[in-house]
Amino acid sequence: MGSTFFQKIWNEHIIHSFSERECLLAVDRLVLHDMSGSEALFQLDKAGRIPMKPEMVFSTIDHFIATFPGRGPEDERTVSTSGTGATKGAGVERMSILRNLSNKFGVNFADIGSLNQGITHVMATETGIALPGLIIVCGDSHTSTIGGIGAVAWGIGASEAQHVAATQTLLQTRPKTMRVTIDGVPGPNVTSKDIVLHLIRQIGAQAGVGYSVEFAGSAVRDMPVEGRLTLCNMAIEFSAKMASVPPDEVTFAYLKDREYAPKGAAWDEAVRHWRTLRSDDDAVFDSEIHTDITGLEPQVTWGLSPQHTVGISERIPDPAHETDELRRAAMERAIAYMQLTPGDTVLGQKIDVAYIGTCTNSRLSDLREAARVLRGHKVAPGVLAVCVPGSSSVRAAAEAEGLDRIFIDAGFEWNESGCFGCTGLPGAAGARTISSANRNFENRGGLQTRTHLASPATVAASALKGHIADVRQSQALGV
Amino acid sequence: MEQFVRTTGVAAAILRNNIDTDQIAPGLFAANTPKEKHAEALFRNMRYLASGAPNPDFVLNQEPWDTTEILVVGENFGCGSSREAAAKALRAFGIRAVIAPSFGGILFNNCFRNGIVPVVLPKDIVGHLADEANSADDGTRITVDLEALTVTDHAGRTYAFTAPDQQRAMLLHGLDEIDFTLGMRDELDAFWARDQLRRPWVYHPGRRADGA
Repeated sequence: MGSTFFQKIWNEHIIHSFSERECLLAVDRLVLHDMSGSEALFQLDKAGRIPMKPEMVFSTIDHFIATFPGRGPEDERTVSTSGTGATKGAGVERMSILRNLSNKFGVNFADIGSLNQGITHVMATETGIALPGLIIVCGDSHTSTIGGIGAVAWGIGASEAQHVAATQTLLQTRPKTMRVTIDGVPGPNVTSKDIVLHLIRQIGAQAGVGYSVEFAGSAVRDMPVEGRLTLCNMAIEFSAKMASVPPDEVTFAYLKDREYAPKGAAWDEAVRHWRTLRSDDDAVFDSEIHTDITGLEPQVTWGLSPQHTVGISERIPDPAHETDELRRAAMERAIAYMQLTPGDTVLGQKIDVAYIGTCTNSRLSDLREAARVLRGHKVAPGVLAVCVPGSSSVRAAAEAEGLDRIFIDAGFEWNESGCFGCTGLPGAAGARTISSANRNFENRGGLQTRTHLASPATVAASALKGHIADVRQSQALGV
Repeated sequence: MEQFVRTTGVAAAILRNNIDTDQIAPGLFAANTPKEKHAEALFRNMRYLASGAPNPDFVLNQEPWDTTEILVVGENFGCGSSREAAAKALRAFGIRAVIAPSFGGILFNNCFRNGIVPVVLPKDIVGHLADEANSADDGTRITVDLEALTVTDHAGRTYAFTAPDQQRAMLLHGLDEIDFTLGMRDELDAFWARDQLRRPWVYHPGRRADGA
């Protein structure tokens, strides 16, 4: 029996096995940010320890930094502090801890002002910090994103991150393997975000518990790297800690000459190794899921879990038809919280905020998709529209091709990079928001904030209309 | 790592699926929550009304569940954000064991590192334990035993669960995880010496093989 992509990489990294599944693994890259990463370094320092291999540790500031244009390195974002007992200034402190200890320990630090600064999962791939076959961890659940370039990457807690910093290893239980095969050609204006929302609706938000996922199939093969990153980003939203697209020629072309990618003969040697990192034809997965996305339409969430998704032309389901008691209760709660009516459509729901950004959809291709919809049009009156590029280099690249003008002329705020709207959206409490983010959880965007998840193109189309819109119609009619 | 061996007492049931870490410890500033505030942050938006007064309908605000050490919850408990503040909030409130049909994988590991044992049991047994938890005002008690790897209900029936060997050992003995790993330094160095020959590009990010 052959091995899966995941098994090959996992086995390559085992330093010591404590039992059949529980191993001490070598970690190739530790990525730290100002929220959990500052805590990991703070505790490390407090215990009088130092990083084992600082050259393999990378840090940047994304969670607490303000994103308004012209922000300085000490500017803290505005945020709801409800219920945590935290006070204003807490973010400034976390950023300063990360900055000081990154410098003290000599880890690779991208501060505010550096082009490498950005959301960890965005900057890690575009700089080549992340490479195929590497085990990469970060104190952030969306680290699964990085699997899109053929790495095995997952989110960990701050204590685990401290352990990785101190030892460059991690104690971990081997997950089971799941292959998700996605075939078919979706309808027009449908992106990997729509595909993965549709998948989560089909399989449920718990389907990936305990699994490492491999995405396969013609739709994934045809997808550019940035689409694959979005796909893997959302794996944690069906509770798979990690997901990957094994590396191929598309991956190698994307990574070649990136700052931290190997160069010259080392690149050639690495690529030879990376070509072996694919699941063998006779590999057996613990679970197999197939889905065909032929003709799929744009998708939008209506509820409080990414599994609460519908196609843009569909109606909001009626909880009364759900037989499972807990699922029904969750649907009822979601419909009440979101102030919707079963049988109604999400299409046409009036919005207050439109947000483009987050580690899910803030790369250059995402901004291009949105700009294509926005070009020459205006955001509807009363809608607060904000775009936050995923990294300072994405922002610079977008400006170099004039995308910033398209956003600004349409009435969008054009911000500096950071996590901003993923946790704590702009706009008033209770605002109805359409967002290119990944979580529509209760109160995540702020108290009572009602978040609908969608692709950047759907967010842009909705911003123009002032209500949740079908991007296909905007395109056909030229809005 | 704080030690845990076993506990017997009142259990509290919050039988909902997909209780994410944003619900367990709300707010972006969770990472920076002062230590003494962790307990207050737990389930903040469920435990307190908009006025700031405790929500009398929430189980953890009611006797005898307000001093519980055991939670019985629905599937995929602690999914979502990796924030360790969720585990810290549970522990600061007094929780030592959480029983669920499944856990979000990151919180599962964070529990061990904060003195909490995450117990996975089949859905029907969790449902039964939730029923018993709801009868705790009549003196119903359950036991979670990490040494024996069992949960014992009020009637004395035991249910076996599994835990990863090493994480269990560390929790049972209160071991420092970093000290433990650094104690294996020779094994680590031997691995890296082998691996640097096999995957040299991993060890010097961005550098050419010839060191340029």
